Amino acid sequence: MYAPEFAYYRAGSLAEAGQLLQQHPGAKLLAGGHSLIPLLKLRLTTPPALIDIGRLDELKGISVTDGRVRIGALTTHAELAASSELAARCPALAEAAGLIGDPAVRNRGTIGGNVAHADPASDLPTVLRALDATIAVTVDGSERSIPAADFFEGMMETALGDHDIVTAIEVPAASAGQGQAYIKFSHPASRYAVVGAAASVTLTGGTISTAAVALGGLVPVATRADSVEQALTGQTPSVDTIAAAAAAVSADLGDDLIGDIYASAEYRRAMAPVCVKRALTAAVERAG
Amino acid sequence: MSTRIFGSGIRRREDPRLITGTATYTDDLTLPRMVHAAMLRSPHAHARITSIDTSNAAAAAGVVAVYTHADTVGALQPTPCAWLLPDSDLKVATYHGLAKDVVRYVGDLVAVLVAEDRYAAEDALELIEVDYEPLPAVIDPEQAAKDGAPQLHDEIPRNQAFHWTVAGGDIDAAFEQAEVVVSDRIIQQRLIPNAMETRAALASYTTATGELTLWNTTQNPHIVRFLMSGVCGLGEDKIRVVAPEVGGGFGSKLAVYPADFVTVFCSMRLGRPVKWTETRSENYQATTHGRDHVQQVELAAKKDGTITGLRCTVYAGMGAYLSTAAPGIPTILHGLMLSGPYTLPAVKEDVYGTYTNGTPVDAYRGAGRPEATFMLERMMDLLAAELEMDPVDVRKKNLIPKFDDGHEVITTLSYDSGDYPAALDKVLAHADYAGLRATQAKGPINGTYLGLGLANYVEMCGLGPSQVAGAIGFQGGLWESAIVRFHPSGKVHVFIGASPHGQGEETTFAQIVSSELGVDPNDVKVFHGDTDMTPMGWGTYGSRTTAVGGAALALTARKIRDKAKVIAAHLLEAAVEDMDYEDGKFFVKGAPDQHKTITDIALMANVAWNMPEGVEAGLEASTFYDPPNFTFPFGTHLAVVEVEAETGVVTLTRYIALDDCGPQINPVIVEGQVHGGVVQGIGQALWEEAVYDEGGQLVTGSMLDYALPRADMLPDIEVLSTVTPSPHHPIGVKGVGEAGTIGSTVAVYNAVIDALRPLGVTSIRMPLTPERVWQAIQQAKG
Amino acid sequence: MHVPVTITVNGQRYEHQVEPRLLLVHFLREVIGATGTKIGCDTSQCGACTVLLDGVSMKSCTALAVQADGYEVTTIEGLANGSELHPIQDAFWEKHGLQCGFCTPGMILASVELLRTTPDPTDEQIRHGLEGNICRCTGYQNIVRAIRHAAGTMAGQR
Repeated sequence: MYAPEFAYYRAGSLAEAGQLLQQHPGAKLLAGGHSLIPLLKLRLTTPPALIDIGRLDELKGISVTDGRVRIGALTTHAELAASSELAARCPALAEAAGLIGDPAVRNRGTIGGNVAHADPASDLPTVLRALDATIAVTVDGSERSIPAADFFEGMMETALGDHDIVTAIEVPAASAGQGQAYIKFSHPASRYAVVGAAASVTLTGGTISTAAVALGGLVPVATRADSVEQALTGQTPSVDTIAAAAAAVSADLGDDLIGDIYASAEYRRAMAPVCVKRALTAAVERAG
Repeated sequence: MSTRIFGSGIRRREDPRLITGTATYTDDLTLPRMVHAAMLRSPHAHARITSIDTSNAAAAAGVVAVYTHADTVGALQPTPCAWLLPDSDLKVATYHGLAKDVVRYVGDLVAVLVAEDRYAAEDALELIEVDYEPLPAVIDPEQAAKDGAPQLHDEIPRNQAFHWTVAGGDIDAAFEQAEVVVSDRIIQQRLIPNAMETRAALASYTTATGELTLWNTTQNPHIVRFLMSGVCGLGEDKIRVVAPEVGGGFGSKLAVYPADFVTVFCSMRLGRPVKWTETRSENYQATTHGRDHVQQVELAAKKDGTITGLRCTVYAGMGAYLSTAAPGIPTILHGLMLSGPYTLPAVKEDVYGTYTNGTPVDAYRGAGRPEATFMLERMMDLLAAELEMDPVDVRKKNLIPKFDDGHEVITTLSYDSGDYPAALDKVLAHADYAGLRATQAKGPINGTYLGLGLANYVEMCGLGPSQVAGAIGFQGGLWESAIVRFHPSGKVHVFIGASPHGQGEETTFAQIVSSELGVDPNDVKVFHGDTDMTPMGWGTYGSRTTAVGGAALALTARKIRDKAKVIAAHLLEAAVEDMDYEDGKFFVKGAPDQHKTITDIALMANVAWNMPEGVEAGLEASTFYDPPNFTFPFGTHLAVVEVEAETGVVTLTRYIALDDCGPQINPVIVEGQVHGGVVQGIGQALWEEAVYDEGGQLVTGSMLDYALPRADMLPDIEVLSTVTPSPHHPIGVKGVGEAGTIGSTVAVYNAVIDALRPLGVTSIRMPLTPERVWQAIQQAKG
Repeated sequence: MHVPVTITVNGQRYEHQVEPRLLLVHFLREVIGATGTKIGCDTSQCGACTVLLDGVSMKSCTALAVQADGYEVTTIEGLANGSELHPIQDAFWEKHGLQCGFCTPGMILASVELLRTTPDPTDEQIRHGLEGNICRCTGYQNIVRAIRHAAGTMAGQR
């Protein structure tokens, strides 16, 4: 397949990237390209220009300060999956990153591009919702933080303005007694999530003190499972309490479920509690 | 060495170029002044073209030419169907290179655009303006045959391309007297062959000489040349067709295609080389699909499990036009195989080939035989369940006993040789079938159910003989050819008419020559796939290259040996009848120390200083081998699955494949063919389906939607074999290309249904995706 | 619009003016004639176009040539050391890890990546490591054997 013509500008700095965005209305940012280039090849998007931010060192790297993990927007999925900082502090994110696409895709795809694309079948938004991440965004040299809950607005829709650039993702580091897991029911062809469930559970004295659960794949935008969380909080984890809490997820899904020829909305709805149960079981195990 | 090289798993001779990126596939070729074609294809499943305006496109940067149907009138004949099935009321719809007035499937060719590079061609393609008046479409082959269904071709009522029957024995009596009858409705879903190399054509026509060279991704360059001459109006003497490296075919590169002819047309018009390479989405839309049967099957039997009759009605989707071999696939290659490895006293099958608004359907690995095996093996399991017998016992009750030289079945075929009970027993012992059943009997573990699925099969391979080809309407011969040429130094060139594309005959054929003549296989170079260089041959499909072409080659080598023996006798001053031959050495009987090697003879024959009187110089021979019968490989497959009831997820935990293809020239290559074939069959059972929506849009339009087997979805295949030589073949071989696929789909299917029997599930539409399995479980629960 | 790029492919430096939309795989195949890298699916599913960018695997059908500007690309043509095959190439030959050969260049480069990140893989790790590469001929079994074999050879060389 063959992309349509576009102009190309390579930004030497974040500031220059901002200026280029201002100068070229309708331009799109290019990082790893793994969300954008397929769309270009299908001619589903025809931007007049691409602004390549893929070489900006200031957007790379993982750092930890004051209990928060800051992940540069250009960090690749492979780097997320291999990061010992992440494995220790937000393991569900590392786990999910290792399940994206395939090794070659993970070597190129970036977390910033992934969140900006906001594909409902993607894995990272689900985990970021569960972990209460924030997305750092810059425009005109000033940075602001958008909670994941507000950032992901709908199917491939985000709170990003025309001139915004995602610079980093910030995730609270897991505390003692916290266990996390991500369970993915993959589409066998695309390898995207049919249902993805992220869970983070904190055990205090054998009781679940906090639980965070989010779902993706079957909903237009990654969604927190409030009913499940409420059903779990204060419970002693067991096969039965987890199963009962997971069953409550149907109340959190809404009516606008995604379905396709591989997995209908009805089937995904039925699989949601299964995936939640499995994510919770793993999270509880790791918390203990 | 010669005795050991046959049957040795030597490294493939074709691999050095393939593992270093130096092999040349069609799209890798570039010629001076070459331009690039892009095809405008119909976005509608069925529509009338009300206008086409190419003026903006023609004026775009880099564009060389744009052509529509009107431009091709008189220059391009319709794409032919080459299997004109007799006694079937066959109606062949006209398949224009570029659509005339009406488009009939998404992907039907509307226009071709030629530009200086492919990017420019794709840009300009968007500027061709076509107005369509959409028409109603039909995709399901059974629906298409009903009154009131959308009509594809005005002159073909009820979209019926043909109605073919096979009958034998007294089928009515069989069902009237049946003690038990089982039946099922089976959907053999549409599949996309998915050769990893998409199709491509590079046509280079020289106006001054009137000569055309076409590099083409084909399984049968000689057939392409033959048909091309009629379609494009060039003499066969003016056409050279080259199949360079070809990246898999699986039947999809057997057919000849409008896009290839259109590419040739462009080159003839422009007097420049024109290259066209499919995108994968074009491949999905326009390269032939496979299967697409709706089968209604019923089996009559006695209470002891003896089968007495098989009756079925099949609606076989042909797509919008009849592709090259399409009519023969669901009929000859399907209906004649309905006895399988069993004694079947009566059979009746009606096959309705119907036109639908889908991509044309043609051969896909197994081609008709997997669909027959599926029906029969499904019935065996249903009968076993009905009679509360073990599936093994029902099969054993009906297997044809061992035979060495001919066994006629009810469909009139005469199988060559077989030992089906031995194959079944060997698989059962290897798998510990009894142990697996015992494990299963303990019940599910954590909601996961164990299932076992068996499949016995026989296939007809080695297509031909040519006399049969004529009788069944195949518009060509089915013999194969080989030339063996010794050079003065004893090195050998072999030229074959068949056209392998991954199967490894450059190696196995060198092994045949080596074992027949005692030369080092590394000194034998096998040429194929170039109509100017190789003798005529009918191509590589139907597991026939080794079964037919290998026979031609073995006989040719023996002609060389006979001539060499005469020369050797002369040189050793002995009578020919006193000569002996062993391991590449010719000697007087009882005196092996005084010998001439084949290399000695090659030198003498080529310099011809001292030849026997009346013997021609040179050491070269050729054979056109027309087999006396098909070959009939067979085998037994066993699948072991675990099904998770909560999700419907099926995990294939073991797969055992026993295939008897006769003596194995290279067991490593045989095993590789089995692996690949088995996995393609598993793909049909579990993941693959070409899905169209109600409007006829191909929903599975890319590899993002069409699920192909990947490494992490599969267990290791446990490969077994028995060796039953074909009595009529010079070296006994039967063919193995399709074997794996023929047994594996139904083995996996039977295993899944077997697993879910405790839950009351008896039938699930393929592929057995988690949702379909889960839905079946929910429905069985009520 | 054309932009200059300098891309080193298999040790050879290439300087060209390219359209920004030119895919890296087209740069390799069409611009510099390195046709060993294949295009199989166009949608980054099949991995036939896998190459190494500064030693790390990537799908060259899902990258622009301009993104590789200044980098070193290794393709199948650059893997052998003269006439001496890379151990993975040799293992694919030895274990019959290919039939039609079309997926093979990408499959071999994906295997290089696999053994770079997991030098002593289990069969399960090998199968997972190949999740981005589709082969329609072999059923993967002999590819798995080949990689296992190559891992042993390469361990012996270290």
